Order: sequence, then C-alpha cells, then structure tokens
Amino acid sequence: MTLIRRTVLGALAALPLAALTPQAHAADTIVLGEVNSYTRLPAFTEPYKKGWQLAVEQINAAGGVGGKQLEVISRDDTGDPATAIRIAEELVSKEGAVLIFGTFLSNIGLAVSDFAKQKEVLFLASEPLSDAIVWSKGNKYTYRLRPSTHMQAAMLAEQAAKLDAVKWATVAPNYAYGQDAVAAFKRELSKLRPDVEFVEEQWPPVFKIDAGSTVRALEASKPDAIFNVTFGGDLAKFVREGSLRFLFEDRDVVSLLTGEPEYLQPLAGEAPKGWIVTGYPATDIATDEHKAFAEAYIEKFGEEPKTGSIVGYNSVLAIAAALEKAGSTETEALLAAMEGLTVESSPTGPFTFRAADHQSTMGAYVGKTGLVDGNPVMVDWSYADGADYLPSEEEAAGMRPAE
Amino acid sequence: MGFYFAQLLTGLANASSLFLIASGLSIIFGVTRIVNFAHGSFYMVGAYLTYTLVTMWSGSVLGFWGGVILAAAAVGLLGLVIELTILRRIYKAPELFQLVATFGVVLIVQDVTLAIWGAEDLLGPRAPGLDRAVRIMGEPIPEYDLALIAIGPAVLLAIWLLFHRTRWGVLVRAATQDREMVGALGVNQAWLFSAAFVLGAFLAGLGGALQIPREAVSLQMDLSIIGEAFVVVVIGGMGSVSGAFVAAVLISVLNAFAILVFPQISIVLPFVVMAVVLIVRPYGLFGKPGSEHGAPEEPDQPLTLMSQRSAMVLATAVALLALSPAVAADFTMILLVDVMVATLFAVSLHFMMGIGGMVSFGHAAYFGVGAYGAAMAVKFFDFGMLPAMVFGPVCAATAAIFFGWFCVRLSGVYLAMLTLAAAQILWGVTFQWQDFTGGDDGILGVWPAKWASSDQVYFYVAFVLCIGGIWFLRRAAHSPFGYTLRGIRDSQTRAEAIGINTNLHQWMGFALAGGFAGLAGVVFAFSKGSVFPDSLGIAQSIDGLIMVLLGGIHALAGPIFGAVAFVMIEDWVTRLDYWRFIFGAIILIVVLLAPDGIAGGVRRLLRAVKGGAA
Repeated sequence: MTLIRRTVLGALAALPLAALTPQAHAADTIVLGEVNSYTRLPAFTEPYKKGWQLAVEQINAAGGVGGKQLEVISRDDTGDPATAIRIAEELVSKEGAVLIFGTFLSNIGLAVSDFAKQKEVLFLASEPLSDAIVWSKGNKYTYRLRPSTHMQAAMLAEQAAKLDAVKWATVAPNYAYGQDAVAAFKRELSKLRPDVEFVEEQWPPVFKIDAGSTVRALEASKPDAIFNVTFGGDLAKFVREGSLRFLFEDRDVVSLLTGEPEYLQPLAGEAPKGWIVTGYPATDIATDEHKAFAEAYIEKFGEEPKTGSIVGYNSVLAIAAALEKAGSTETEALLAAMEGLTVESSPTGPFTFRAADHQSTMGAYVGKTGLVDGNPVMVDWSYADGADYLPSEEEAAGMRPAE
Repeated sequence: MGFYFAQLLTGLANASSLFLIASGLSIIFGVTRIVNFAHGSFYMVGAYLTYTLVTMWSGSVLGFWGGVILAAAAVGLLGLVIELTILRRIYKAPELFQLVATFGVVLIVQDVTLAIWGAEDLLGPRAPGLDRAVRIMGEPIPEYDLALIAIGPAVLLAIWLLFHRTRWGVLVRAATQDREMVGALGVNQAWLFSAAFVLGAFLAGLGGALQIPREAVSLQMDLSIIGEAFVVVVIGGMGSVSGAFVAAVLISVLNAFAILVFPQISIVLPFVVMAVVLIVRPYGLFGKPGSEHGAPEEPDQPLTLMSQRSAMVLATAVALLALSPAVAADFTMILLVDVMVATLFAVSLHFMMGIGGMVSFGHAAYFGVGAYGAAMAVKFFDFGMLPAMVFGPVCAATAAIFFGWFCVRLSGVYLAMLTLAAAQILWGVTFQWQDFTGGDDGILGVWPAKWASSDQVYFYVAFVLCIGGIWFLRRAAHSPFGYTLRGIRDSQTRAEAIGINTNLHQWMGFALAGGFAGLAGVVFAFSKGSVFPDSLGIAQSIDGLIMVLLGGIHALAGPIFGAVAFVMIEDWVTRLDYWRFIFGAIILIVVLLAPDGIAGGVRRLLRAVKGGAA
C-alpha cells in the first residue's frame, strides 16, 4: 500500500520537475512570447491573433530578421492577471522568449508591464487602452502600440467641439476604461469649448447594462448630445433600447470605438446612423500598404480584417523593426532600439514610439456610422494621426513616475 | 409622474426576465438540492438556439414564438441528458458535490457554444408585431417590454397550477419539503428529480430565448446572469417560486430607480439587498426553516490521526518539495508557489466547510483582503515585506470577524450566500474606490524584498508560510477547538445541549479560516507583484470551492489533492485549443469515478489494492 502511495506521491512531486525543464530552441529562430485573453474575449482576440500570424508568416517568408526566423509562442491568460504573470515568466525563462507582447484587458496589461519592470524584459502592450500603462504607471520596459483612451477621446472631442451641442450626457461602463474615457473626453472638450456642460452620467456595470433604465435616465436629463463608451453586448442593448425609446432622435451621439468592426458589425441592420465614432473602416482604406495587407489577410483567412487584426499585424512589424535596429536580442539593446523607433511602412501608415512616454503614434480612423447595402460601415472617415492627439513629450514625461 | 411610471414598467420587464431564470434554479434546488452553476449555460444555450431558429424563420409571428418554445424545449432535453448521464450517478455524494459536476458542464458548454456559433456577438431580430414603442402617459414604452411584463406572471401562474393542480406538482412540493419521506412513500424519486431538472432547464432556456429581442447573444451571457439568479432565489427563499418572483421584482425595480440617484450602484445593489434580507430574515422572504440544505452532513467516519507510515510518506513528500529548487528551473518555482498558495487557500476553506460545517461561496474575500492589506501596507505605509506579510492576514482576520458575526447566525446555503454577498460588497468597494485601492487598475509594484527577490528564495518564503499554515490548520482540526467545531457541524442541538456556545465557536472558526486565507493572499500578492480586484472576485471563490469539493470534503487531505490537481491540470490544459472543454471533461470524469472526491477515490483505490494483495 505504501509502495503505491509513495509512487503516486513521488510521481506527483516529480511531475512539475520532469515536465517543465527548459527547452532549447534552434539557434536560427528568435522566440517572441505572446499572452492574450483568447478564451475570455475571443471576439476581439481572434482577429488579433490572425493579424500577428500573418505578419510573422510574411516576415519569415521574406527571410526573417537578420537571417533568423521569428517564432511566436502564444498562450491564453484566461482573463486573469495572476495567470498572465505566471505565463509571462514561463515564456521568458522556459521558452527563451526575448520579449513579451500582447494583452487586451487593461488590468492584465498593467500586471504584465509591472512584471516586465521587475524581471527586466521588454513588453509591448499591443491592445490595452489604459493611459496608466504609459503615463501614471509607465516604466522603462513597457511600450504601447494602440492609440490610447486619451488619444481616441481627444479625437472625438475635436469633432464634438464642432457641434452646436452644449448640454452633454455620458454613458460608460463602470471600470477604469470607462472612467478614463469620460474624464479625458470632458477635459478635452471643455478645453475646446468652455461653454459645454455635462448634465448626466450613467455608469452601468460592464457587460451587465440595464439598458432600458439607463436610456430613460439619460433621456430624463434632456441632453443635446451623448458621449457613449459602452461596447460589445452592452452597446447592442443600449442601441436597441435607445432607438426604441427615441433617445437618439435629434441628438448627436459621439461614441468611442464603435466604428471598429468588432463592435459595429454585430449591430447589423440596426447600427445607428450618423454617430461620430473612432474605428477602422477596414477594406475601404485605399493606401497601397493597406490594400496589400487586406488582400493577403482575406486570402489567408477568408474574412475581412478587423481592428484587432491591424493591431496584431502592426505589433509584429514594430517588433521586427526593433530587432532589426537593435541587431541583437538583448533587452538593453532592444530598449535602446524601441526609443524613438519609427515603423516607416505599415497598413495604417508610419508610426513612431515616442522616447518620452513609450506611446506609439499609430492613429485611428474618425468618421460616422452609416449603412451601405444594409451593412454597417464607417463613412466620411479620415485618418487621425496619433501624434496630433498626444500631449507634448515633455508634458507626457512629467506624468510618468521617476525611474 | 409619467416618467416614474415608465421607469417602473422598465423595472418590471427586467424582473420578468430575471424571474424566468431564477424560478428554474429554485425548482431544481428545491427538489434535487443541486446548486446548479450550469443554469446560466442553459440560459445561454436557449438564447443561441432561439437566434438560429428565429433567423431561419424570420419575420413571422409564429416563427418567432415557435422558435422560442422549441429552443426552450431543446434546452429542457439537454437538461434531461445531463441529469441522466451525470447527476443521477452522484446524488449519493456529499451535499454540494454535484455543483462540481455542473461547473464542469459550464466549461464544456462555453467551448461547444464557441465552436458552433463563433466568437462574435449575434443580434437577433426583434419580436414581430412587438417591435415598436407605445406611448403611455406620454412616455415611450417598448411593446415587447409590455409582453414580458405579462409573460412573467403568466409563467408564475402556470407553475402554480402545475404545482397545485397536478399530482406531479404535489409530489414536487412534497419533495421540496422532505424528500426522504417522499421516497419512503414509494414515489420513484429518480424520475421526479429528472422531471424537476428538465422543468428548470426549460425555464432557463425560455428565459434566454425571450432575451433575443432585447440583447445580442454573446458568450458572456452564462456568467453574467448566474450570480444575480442565485441572489434572486435566495432572497425569495430557496425552493419558493413565488418568492423568486417577488425578489426579482424587488431587485429590478430598485435598480431602475437607484440608478437615477446613484448611477454606480448597479454593481453591488443585488448583493446589498440580499445581505439585508438575509440578516433580517435568515431563510429569505418566503423560505421555510429547513430549506437551507447544503451544509456538509455527518461524514461516514470521523477524522483519524495519521498512521506512522502515512506520516512518513507525507514527510517525504514535503521534503521532496523542499528540495525541488535544487533540481527544477526558475519558472517551476513560480508554478509551485501558485500550487502552494492555492493549497493553503483550499485548506483554509476546507477548515471552514469540512470542519466548521459552514459553506462559503465567498472565501476569496479574505484571500483578497489579505493580498490588498499587504499591498496597501507597502504602498501607503512603506512597510517592508515581512511586516506587510503580518499585516495582511490580520486585515483578513478582522474582515472575517466582522462578516463572520453576521454569517454564523445562518446555516447551509443561506450562510454560503451571505458570505458571497460579503465578498461581492468588498469586491465592489475595491473595484470602485479608485483613489484608495486603485480600482480595477489594481496596485502594482508589490514585489518581495531584495533578499527574497530570487525565485528560489521566495519559494522558501512561500514554502514556510504555506506549509506552516497548512500544518497549523491540520493541528487545529485535531485540537479540542477542532473537535468542538466538528461536534457543532454534526449536531448543533446536541452541542448546544452540552453547553457549547455554538455561535462563538463557529465565529472563531470563521475568523481563523479567514486569517489563513489572508495568509495565502499575502504570499500570492508578493509572488505576482500586483493585486487586482479579481483576487476577491467570484471566480476565485468558486475555484477554491471546486478544489475543496473535488478533493473530497470529508478528508483533511482532500483540499490538498484538489488544489494540486486543479492548478496543475489547469496549467497544463490552457496550452491547448478548446482547453475549457478538456478541463470540463476531466472534471466530469473525476466526479463520476470518485463521487467522494479525489481523497475518497484514492482511499478506495488503496483499499482495493491492499485487499487484492492480501
């Protein structure tokens, strides 16, 4: 009996030791570690994954970086920051990843950025929008690609300032992203239009909006215009209940991210018309770089690219550029390369990682929602370069903690 | 005036939706005593099926309502399959064990739904003929809301008639009150249980189906509804369908008005209401004393001290663990620290449930308070690592003393739900109070002191604290205090009769368990370097619960087996595609093979081997 028990216990104790010893990778590959919430938020992370897969394939087909092939080891963080950190550790010390990229949720992005600082490894936060990642909680090891909450809110505030509306109401999911977005929008709009006032704010719990009641509470304040930050399932409910109750009649609506295909397409024929949004007009973008990207993407995956796709694609372009510039996979060399790194050619145009605050200047598309042949799309859009919506580098550096 | 009336109608429409799902949950619990986590999955599957059917037969009134009924019936059938193949085999298991099986079902359904319908949200059509708003007192009210307001009470009436005018219904009510007696009277319980489960699943499916005209169908539907559904059932009183209706109306209408005054309230409102109701009425609004079921019942045999042989085996295992840094790589240390944290957390929960007889659905509260206590001590008071490691568990124990005072006055599932309410309120405060706790951006930079910053050294810090904590709780279980707690668990009346202050002992047991959960939280915080509200969230509590139940509630080794297996398997499967399906399937297999938990299964296996050898 004891024999078996001992064997079982011994096997249990030995399991982690045997299964998890470091693995050697071929010398001609560069391993990149990637973490994201693949099971928690598949609607946003799947297109993202396809995006970086395409970029890796293209770069490798063209001979890789410095003669070495890129290999991405990608893991699911299950939506939990603690798990994300364990995986990041494993990617760095077991898989030999030279850097980490990815994450979608802001809290996971922040957790991994703090990990990167502690373990001194480069982290490119691809998708999280939180301003804190590069500003109040920024650190030497963390860079961020996607245009942040502040930038997108500032793009919308610029458009909102052109409207006649004076009385504004806001509706945003009740967590850091929503709160930051509302704060940034209020601040930027008040700068441009000191005469506006904010008469109502609603804070439904994320993914649990009680849309009917929220719509009625907004209606009761009789605003001239509404700033919306809800997204995903909350947005669908909000749009449906709002249009049933005539909330959007004769009112301007300015809405963060709603032009992104991830959020716009599920609304199908009921997508609102004329909302001012940030987003991504996918196949309508006619630059050569974007056309080439979109064609390759559709060819490979049989569907149109989404915002996540472009973020994933640009992430790997940026990483490849950094590796090229550094000429090494050492963290210090990579950090030096990332400072002020410019990616000259990407589907969305050139962008630069600012040395002062590590935010890229990748922009977003600002336009209006509309229906073409019954399908929701962005119309009258233009590209807003991220550099124009960021505080000056000195100002931004001042918002970061001292190193 | 018109405005407030319209707000009331909006609240009532929401109440109907909530009632449909809660009523099914209540019926299932009342008859079978199963705490059905998969109820949210039934709701979600109902919505997805309806989406498919309704878009197929789009436009016609018959197509819409036919689709709704057909989808609900299909979900009922799914319920039947799950009941026949899984749950029926484990009714004899310790109370609450079935919830592990339903947890496995939740995981499987999530991945199957993703595979069939894809990741993107799906927006179904509005209900034909009910797709506009009518003006009532000048305010626009969606026609479909009015339909829902009618459907809720209609379903309530139908259930009432079914329960009071049919023989089957009478039996269901009888079983809700005393299922042993019903069995003794010769009623075929197996079919009664199946039928109740099917009815419950049907109602959940119907609830999901009727959401099609209101919201996009998404993969978040299951988990976003389940918490509130439980709250409604508990406020109404477990097993009481009309209670569930009243509770649904109460919560929804309160929410509709509360957000006018205090827009942030929605996050915690249902849990605050539940806490207040339970403190005033320990069995919910309409529950009867005796409806609390769910506390661990008396085990087959009392705990025994370890034999010398097993003590040696255990010592060897601990020694092996202690030596592992010599051979294993850095990241293995990280995983082992995670395993030890989970184990201490599970052992502390087991102390409360298995020894103290108090089920907790919110044990993560104390884990999280411990983690936050330490993190904030570092951030605000510049504490070093060691003082912060003392401060965290003290905070956790203090919180446990505060909430425990209320909780120990209840029993069974009501107690469990009050612990959940406490955890959710704490979570809401942490999540919301950005200036103090950092909100969901958490607190960063909580890394170990310089001397402990290498993975090896921190492994030993964690080793000493976690193994020490587990050892202490094990000692406590065998101490006079532990005996007293077990006595209270097995018979509260007899314990009282011999002069034991049962409330005081349970309260102290609660605080002790909370303090050690806090210790686990502290070790966790320093190993991750940051804390987020997730550490006191429902998912963390549920993980602990699954570890304890899966491991086996009647053995001290149970939570250890459970935690080690849970963390190791999860770490392994998340590398695979569709890992939730695989994880769920593994859980179901374990549940079916070892209805007494892993510890029980191992014990039986050893006995069989021994018997075979002799």
